[in-house]
Amino acid sequence: MPRTTKRPATRMVQLRYLAHARSGDKGNTANVGLIALEPEYYPILEREVTAPRVARHFRGMVSGVERFELPNLAALNFLLHDALDGGGTISLKTDAQGKVYSTALLRMAIPVPTALARRLARA
Amino acid sequence: MTPAAGRTVRVAAGQGFWGDWLEAPVRQVRGGPIDYLMMDYLAEVTMSIMQKQKSRDPAAGYARDFVPLMERILPDLIERGVRVTTNAGGVNPRGCAEAVLAVARKLGLPRRVRVGLVSGDDILGRLDELMARGHDLSDMETGRPLSDIRDRVLSANAYLGMGPIVEALRGRADVVVTGRVTDTGLTLGPIVHEFGWSADDWDKVAAGTVAGHIIECGAQASGGNLLKGWRSVKGLADPGFPIVEASADGTFVVTKHAGTGGVVSVASVTEQLVYEMGDPRDYITPDGVADFTTIRLRQAGRNRVRVSGIHGGPRTPMLKVSIAYFWGYKAVGTLVYAWPEAYDKARAADAVLRHRLSDLGLEFDQILTEFVGVDATHGRLSGPPDPDIPEVQLRVGVRAHERAPVERFTREIAPLVLTGPPSVTGFAGGRPAVEEVVAYWPALIDRREIEPHVRVEILEA
Repeated sequence: MPRTTKRPATRMVQLRYLAHARSGDKGNTANVGLIALEPEYYPILEREVTAPRVARHFRGMVSGVERFELPNLAALNFLLHDALDGGGTISLKTDAQGKVYSTALLRMAIPVPTALARRLARA
Repeated sequence: MTPAAGRTVRVAAGQGFWGDWLEAPVRQVRGGPIDYLMMDYLAEVTMSIMQKQKSRDPAAGYARDFVPLMERILPDLIERGVRVTTNAGGVNPRGCAEAVLAVARKLGLPRRVRVGLVSGDDILGRLDELMARGHDLSDMETGRPLSDIRDRVLSANAYLGMGPIVEALRGRADVVVTGRVTDTGLTLGPIVHEFGWSADDWDKVAAGTVAGHIIECGAQASGGNLLKGWRSVKGLADPGFPIVEASADGTFVVTKHAGTGGVVSVASVTEQLVYEMGDPRDYITPDGVADFTTIRLRQAGRNRVRVSGIHGGPRTPMLKVSIAYFWGYKAVGTLVYAWPEAYDKARAADAVLRHRLSDLGLEFDQILTEFVGVDATHGRLSGPPDPDIPEVQLRVGVRAHERAPVERFTREIAPLVLTGPPSVTGFAGGRPAVEEVVAYWPALIDRREIEPHVRVEILEA
């Protein structure tokens, strides 16, 4: 069957293929530092991984999200508020200090240019 | 002191927290040239644990591991001229310093050991006076005044910066023992001392602070817990802990000893830089404010990362205070359910347990259920589990201000084995323990209330 629709310019790709991350805690707030695996991915992260989208990704798990940019490190820093069931010693969670919240963010998918998506799939 | 051009000061991390790898400081001292061994022992509620130990034994209240460690490495330190900065003193830095002196005497070293003792951070005994004079010490996160929990406070310590460490080093201390000095101050102090930097040279203070932040969690900057390319990180059985080679111009290199495992790369340093980060332009310490958006990293050889470009701003008029208070009790119980339908069985067991807790009229501040293997770390983001999942651990935690409901909860786990859903095991550990919960209360105080009380003494073995 001949293609009639124009191919989309982007494909959805999970952040794990574009970034690495580390997280920690400050009281009941978890932070996630999201770092581009290659510097050239950073502008895509900056454009697509917005605070509102991250808040949507974590809906029901956090009360609010703040984002800070560190282009010098090809990194974004997210503060996830009320993410830790009270945090510190009060929290009953397995991940009371938010150590692996970082990997939960890496589940999020963002649109990336198709050519790059293909390259990432081959790697 | 005028450092020769091109001279570097090498500060090596020996411990990233109280309980870190015991071999690390020994290998840092013996594995190659360093000038300072920096050891951070204090996390947010560590002080309260130490306060509790001190209330039972006035000679306790510090990181006890530090003393046998000194017994092991003091001869090397003296022979090599390596000096130590540590906050192992906890709530009893004097007791810790005296224990180090006793070890030094016992070892019969070729010269007398000088221990710098920093005190004045402990404000537990001054709280009422400070509050009476209008310092409400409210919780930085919630805004609640300290008076809400005053009768439950277990420890209260102001975070001190590098100042007293520099003073102790100027007094020719071989080992500087402090209470609640910031993690970063333990690295910044030696660098400022060696290069004679001015305390208000804000860019340099920020640079030394960033250096301290990079190495304060030990191997977490040199390949430990590194996500990027984790399979290719070799030699983690013998990880090289990070070392800062600082230059007088405020730039520095992060590296590790030759022949050790792990890796120092732009990725490993970046992951540590973003750890526990807030607003990157506003990294506040007692010594100044560092702007993390100015940091430049460059791989400058194998296991060498050059760090430059750092800007900073003036220190704030306030110091952070770390207060720990008694909150209540908690307990966590677990059981393991096996295939088939493991997740459904675990969920049914949770429902039975909650029904019983409710029928007993027990009141909790929180009951939290997690299904380990299904949702414990990523919550609903994990999606539905594999219907054929081989086993699921049911993990239920409760907390309450009173002990009684938590105590009763711990007796409701085992009965599920014979009175609940089938295919259940994993109860070898017996009844869950009731834990006391000590909570953290971060506050701010005018530094003029603290600084006049800070004392630096030099004690000799």
